[in-house]
Amino acid sequence: MTHPPDNAKWNWLATLNAAGPFLGLLLVIALFSLKGEVREYFLTVSNFKIILTQTVIVAIGALGMTMIIISGGIDLSVGSVIALTSVVGAVLIKAGQPPLVVGAVVILAGGIIGLMTGGMVAGLRLAPFIVTLGMMGIVRGAAKWLGNNQTVNFKESPISNIMSDPDPLKWQPPPGVWVAIAMAVLMAVVMRQTVFGRYVFAIGSNEATARLCGIRTRLMKVFIYGLAGLFFGLAGLMQLSRLRQGDPTVAVGIELDIIAAVVIGGASLSGGSGTILGSMIGALIMAVLRNGSQQMGWPNYIQDIIIGAVIILAVGLDQLRQARQNT
Amino acid sequence: MTGVCKSFGATHALEDVSLDLAPGEVHALIGENGAGKSTLMKILSGAYTPDAGRIELDGTPFTPANPLHARRCGIAMIYQELTLAPHLSVEENIVLGAEPARFGWLNRAKRRDLARRALEELRHESIPLDVPVHTRTIAEQQVIEIARTLLTEPKVLIMDEPTSSLTQVDAENLFVVIDRLRQRGVSIVYISHFLEECQRVAQRYTVLRDGRAVGGGDMATAQVGDIIRLMVGREITDIYPRVPHSLGRPVLELRSLAGEAKPRSVSFTLRAGEIMGLAGLIGAGRTETVRACFGLDRICDGRIFVLEHESTHRSPALRLAEGIGLLSENRKEEGLLLNRDLADNLTLTRLNPFTRLGFINRKRQCETTRQWMDQLDVRARGPEQRIGELSGGNQQKIALGRLLHHEAKILLLDEPTRGIDVASKAQIYQLMGRLAAEGKAILFISSYLPELLGICDTIGVMCRGALTEVRPAADWTEHSIISAAIGQPTESA
Repeated sequence: MTHPPDNAKWNWLATLNAAGPFLGLLLVIALFSLKGEVREYFLTVSNFKIILTQTVIVAIGALGMTMIIISGGIDLSVGSVIALTSVVGAVLIKAGQPPLVVGAVVILAGGIIGLMTGGMVAGLRLAPFIVTLGMMGIVRGAAKWLGNNQTVNFKESPISNIMSDPDPLKWQPPPGVWVAIAMAVLMAVVMRQTVFGRYVFAIGSNEATARLCGIRTRLMKVFIYGLAGLFFGLAGLMQLSRLRQGDPTVAVGIELDIIAAVVIGGASLSGGSGTILGSMIGALIMAVLRNGSQQMGWPNYIQDIIIGAVIILAVGLDQLRQARQNT
Repeated sequence: MTGVCKSFGATHALEDVSLDLAPGEVHALIGENGAGKSTLMKILSGAYTPDAGRIELDGTPFTPANPLHARRCGIAMIYQELTLAPHLSVEENIVLGAEPARFGWLNRAKRRDLARRALEELRHESIPLDVPVHTRTIAEQQVIEIARTLLTEPKVLIMDEPTSSLTQVDAENLFVVIDRLRQRGVSIVYISHFLEECQRVAQRYTVLRDGRAVGGGDMATAQVGDIIRLMVGREITDIYPRVPHSLGRPVLELRSLAGEAKPRSVSFTLRAGEIMGLAGLIGAGRTETVRACFGLDRICDGRIFVLEHESTHRSPALRLAEGIGLLSENRKEEGLLLNRDLADNLTLTRLNPFTRLGFINRKRQCETTRQWMDQLDVRARGPEQRIGELSGGNQQKIALGRLLHHEAKILLLDEPTRGIDVASKAQIYQLMGRLAAEGKAILFISSYLPELLGICDTIGVMCRGALTEVRPAADWTEHSIISAAIGQPTESA
């Protein structure tokens, strides 16, 4: 049944599909490098270090979000979770807790919120959109409460080093970038190689079939939101490190950037498809766009318009590609 | 309608069918599932265009371009599933799509008047106009749906299984409504499996079988037995392998199992090495029975024994662990992960042979899949092809292969041969025979009687949520199965 020419064409298409977001990233970088005076600043090692550092929080959030979206869900409360967990961290540092304890508690706090979200989605059979919309308000409120409606400041902590540049003259990025890369590799392996990952795809692809095949879909959803919550907690730790204070009003609307990164990376909001690599590239595209626009000297509103257009364009191209694939 | 033909691919859904309707007549259209009734009515109501033949309406040629066009020409259809907007009021539903308006502004007084007149016409003026439709009973909703069609002044009204969800009393009220419509001069095509209803409301009838009109006449002089003979009378060809298999100990026993609406009461014992057929009309509760049995739907009453141990309330995961597998009747919506590859679809319930510490060995997963593909003669590029790209027959083989890979000992197969080609069907029959010979127990739901009679050891028939006595297949004929399925007492034949 295998015809070599047919096969070759298919492989070529598959390669192009996988490389799609990557090509998009190269295109965006190339566009900003067109102008000589911008290129001088834009195409430099130090600028790429900045871009990578700016990507870390969205990228780590996108790790959890990719898993949730592949399973057919959504989480709108990420920004609030990042704010709450970073305030939790700041309070702990202020209380004199050692950095390892602070880090662990911040990440676990995210996980606990995730378990609550997942519990409500699975247990009450509510739409994830509704549950996380509610959690967005509840968690944001909790963050403000915990921070007494103001930022929580602390003197000095090794945690601040995670997101700071170790040496401006060398190429090494901050440790947070390595953490994000390590986590991305881990999640890519989990999603591709493990039974857990296969079940996540199965639930998103068709929940009825997953149930028919004996997957405990409701338990899995609790797990998925819980695990994603750990990543959101980690993103909160990065936020804390970057700001060097716990700000309950930080990261408002970041969930939309994260969702956009996942969607630009090729995931479908109806579930069942998406890749970690794609989402990471999606996060990078967003960061490059923001950074490049700044280098071009474009005002804020132009950035917003460009990013909005890119989201529509990316998903539009994706739809077109899939429609062609199906015929 | 004269000489109407329609084919889908290689299947002749309709061959040279003719039907004539007099004004003010109720004409019963009778036939088994898949006999071509729906296709014929879809042609009349403009949803399909016929390959050949012509339709005349009031003596002039009529070629409906689409359902809307047909509706404007006076052909209205009432589907089995009601098409009301549940949150809108009764009144709004009746005028839906034909709102009296001027420059886009609704004329409320006129709307109310139209709705009231339509309900009065049907002698159901007691239905309040202001309440949301979903607060009314199913029977009243049906009257509302009929009232809606009256607004378009229909000449022909098609009713597809209108009583399938009604109680006896509500059905009787519906017949009164039908009589009123008939007196107004509306011609009605009445589709129903239930012959006693057809006798009650219709003046004439036409029987369809395998896409042909095989008989018809005046209802008053027709005998139920003759009609059933017309519905059945096809040649039974033997494409069914007979692998000898002996029945072992009971592996699955249901004792008066009842679900939320269906089944009402189902009891049977399935033995190792047995193929038990479950016959019945669509909506009789066969699918609901296996779903409840597999833990997909809630069980309200009754008990289930697996391998002679009670195990009534179990999730699908636990059922699979007990060695029970279910093949869904709905391949696309429930049976398969259409956008995943063959390997995942085939091995999802049993990944552990190639899993270590939670990590899947993809290579071995694909090897296993390839072996099953060879064994089941699946035509595909390879284990990594998306299953949605395969033909129905190949998809079904993978869905069945999942149960085989799972090493299920009890197989609940819901319409395993639906929508697949004849060659694949024959292969699936072969496979079922072989599995039974290996000592596996198979519950086989089918609406196609020849295959039930061809390969089953025993057959039970479901009617309105209840199961008849399960008898050896040799004791059944197509005639007696249909009689049991439509709730007619079995005649001594």
